Amino acid sequence: MSNQSHNYQLQPQLRSSTLSRGEKTFVVILLVVIAGILISYFGYDSTETTAVMASTLRQSTPLLLGALCGLIGERSGIINIGIEGQMLMAAFASFYIAAGTGSLLGGYGALALGAFCGVGAGMILGWFLGWMSIALKTDQIIAGTVINILAFGVTSFFFFPNKTLTGGKIKQLDFGPLEDVPFFGKVLYSNPPITYIALIALVVIHIALFRTRWGLRTRVTGEHPSALDTVGINVLRKRYINMTLAGGIAGLAGAYLSLEAVGTFERNMTNGRGFLALAVMIFGRWTPIGAWGGALLFAFATAMQTQLDLSDSVNIAPQFTGMVPYLVTIIVLAGFVGRARPPAAIGVPYEPGK
Amino acid sequence: MISKWQRLGDSMLLSVLSVILALIIGAIIILVTGKNPVDAYYALWEGSFDGFESFGRTLEKATPLVMTGLAVAFAFKAGLFNIGGQGQLLMGGLIAAAVGYGVTVLPIGVHLPLALLAGGLAGAAFAGIVGVLKVTTGAHEVITTIMLNFVAGNLTDWLASNPWQDKSVIFATTPEIEPTAAIPMVGELPVGFFVAVVISVLAWVYLYRTSSGFAVRTVGLNQSAAASAGISVGRVIIMTMIISGLFAGLGGAIETQGVIGRFQPAFNTGLGFDGITIALLARTHPIGIIPAAILIGAMDAGSSRMQFHAGVDPEIVEIISAVILVLVAAPVIIQILLRHRGKDQSLLQLGGKWGTG
Repeated sequence: MSNQSHNYQLQPQLRSSTLSRGEKTFVVILLVVIAGILISYFGYDSTETTAVMASTLRQSTPLLLGALCGLIGERSGIINIGIEGQMLMAAFASFYIAAGTGSLLGGYGALALGAFCGVGAGMILGWFLGWMSIALKTDQIIAGTVINILAFGVTSFFFFPNKTLTGGKIKQLDFGPLEDVPFFGKVLYSNPPITYIALIALVVIHIALFRTRWGLRTRVTGEHPSALDTVGINVLRKRYINMTLAGGIAGLAGAYLSLEAVGTFERNMTNGRGFLALAVMIFGRWTPIGAWGGALLFAFATAMQTQLDLSDSVNIAPQFTGMVPYLVTIIVLAGFVGRARPPAAIGVPYEPGK
Repeated sequence: MISKWQRLGDSMLLSVLSVILALIIGAIIILVTGKNPVDAYYALWEGSFDGFESFGRTLEKATPLVMTGLAVAFAFKAGLFNIGGQGQLLMGGLIAAAVGYGVTVLPIGVHLPLALLAGGLAGAAFAGIVGVLKVTTGAHEVITTIMLNFVAGNLTDWLASNPWQDKSVIFATTPEIEPTAAIPMVGELPVGFFVAVVISVLAWVYLYRTSSGFAVRTVGLNQSAAASAGISVGRVIIMTMIISGLFAGLGGAIETQGVIGRFQPAFNTGLGFDGITIALLARTHPIGIIPAAILIGAMDAGSSRMQFHAGVDPEIVEIISAVILVLVAAPVIIQILLRHRGKDQSLLQLGGKWGTG
C-alpha cells in the first residue's frame, strides 16, 4: 500500500521551457548543423546545399504551424488528431475563395481574403473539435478522426477541377539587395509571407506560453485544471478559446499549402502533414522552439528526398525516398515519446466541481 | 440497472437514427447543389439493393469493409485505435496476390486458403510492429498506424510496379492469380462475403466466450485493474494489434482473391478509413459490423448509378458517412434532438493518452 502511494504525484509540476535545461544540447546541435552546412557548401556543392536549405525552411512552415496548433491544444488539455483535417479544409477554403474572387478583387486582394478565410475555416473546425470534446465529451481521439474524415468528405465532394488563381500563387517578399547575398539571400530572404508569419508566430507563442499570464493559465489548464477552477477561472471557456485560436494556426498552414506552396487545390493535398506535425510537436516536447527544431529536421528529410529523386548519381526508387519522412516520424516517436511527458490532463473531459 | 437487451436496443436505435439523420443532411446538400435528392436516393437504392446483381455488388463492396471494420472494432475492445487498416489491407492484398500467382502447382483446396492465410499474416505482421512499438517505447498507435499506411502504400506500389509487376501492361499491377486461388461466386453472390461473416462470428465468440477475449476487454476497460488482476497488459496489446491486423490483411486477401483477381494499388483506396465509420456505427460490436458494412457498401455500390441517373457526385457518400460518424461518435446530439434524456450514454472511450508505455 505505502509503496503505491509514493508513485502518486501530489504536486504536478508546471514545466516551463525545457530549453534552459537542455541549453548545452541545443548549442551542440546548432554547431553540428552549422558545421554540416559549411562542409557541404564548401566541400560538396554550393548550389545544391543552398537549394536544400532553402527548401528545408519552406517545407518546415506547414509542419511548424501544425505543431503550434497541436501544442496549444494539448497545453490546454485537448489532444488534436484533427490537424490534418483542419489544414485540408483551410487549404480548400483559401483556394476556392481566392480563385472565386480573383476577378473582383485582383490578385493580391483575393489571396489575402483567401488566406483570411483559410484561417477562419481552421478556427471553425478548432471550435468544433473543442465542442465535441468539451460539451459532448466525445473521446478526443475519435473527435479528431471525425474532423479528418469530415474534411476529406467535404473537400472531395465540393472539389471542382480547373480553377486557377487569377494572379498566380503568393509571391515572395521583396528584400532588395539582401536577396543577392550568397546562401543567405536564397535561404532567408527569398520566401513568401506565410513562411515569415510562421516564424513570427513561433516567437510570439513561445514567449506567450512561458512568459505571460495567458500562457501560465493555459499550461495549468492542461496540467491541473481544477486549480484554475478554484481561483475562479472558467476552464472550459479557456479550452474553447484556445482550441479556436489554435485552429486558426492550422488554417494558416492550409492556406500556405494551397496559396503559397502549390497554387492550386488537390484532393487530400495535406498528405499526412497534420500527423507529421503531431510527431514534430512530441519531438519538441510540447515547446514551440523544440517543435521548430523538429519541423526543420523533418523538412530537411523531405528536402533531401526531393534532391535524391532529382539527382542522377543516386538511383533510389521514389517509393523508397517517399517513405523517409514517415519512417523518420515512427523512429522519432519510438525514440522520444517514451521519455517525453505530455501535459497531465489531456484526453479526459473536464467536469467543473468534481 | 438497465438490462442488456435494452442497452442493445438503445445502441441500435442510436445507429439507425444517425443513419436517417445523415441521409436527411445528405439530401439537403444534394438539394443545395441543385439536384433532386429523391431521384438520387432512388438511383442509390436501385444500384445497391434492387435485384440480385445489385445486391451481389453491394455484398462485394461490403466484404473488405466488414474486415476493416472488424479490425478497428476489435482493437477498440482493448482500448486501441487502429487507423492502419488501410496499410494492413494493402499488405494483405499484395501478399495474397503474390502467393496467388506465384504458386502454380497446388489444388484449390490448399492454394486458396494458403493465399488467404498469407495475406492475413502479412497484415498481422504489419500491425504487430505497431503493438510492439507501443508496448516497448510508448509510441501512440494512432500516429504509427497512419505513418505505416504511407509506408505500406509506397511499398506495395513499388512491389507491384517493379519485381512483381505484370510485364504485359504499363501500369502498376501484379499478374492475375491462378484459378486455384480465386474465391468463387455463387450465382451473383460473392462467397468472400460469407467468409467475412464467419470471421465476424468467430471474433464475437473469441471476445465474449473465451478467457483470452475477456483479457482483451478488461485491458480496454481499465489497464491498471487488468494489470493487478495478473493480466500481462503489454502482451494483450501486442496480441490485439496482431489479430486486428490479421482481420484487415484477410480483408485485402479476400478483395484480391474474390473480387479483383490481382493486386492493383489503385483499387484499394479508402477501405481502411471506412472501417472506422463502420466500427463506430456498429458500436464496436463484431456482429453489428455486418449490417453497418452492408450499409456503407450499398452506398458505394449505388453511387455510380446515382451519378449516372441523378447527376450527383459519388463523393456525397463520403459526406454522408462522415456525418454518420459525427452522430455516432457524439450520441448526445441525437439525444438532444429527441429530448431523450440519456439513461446510459455509453460513450466510446479509448484507453490511453500519448505514451502510456
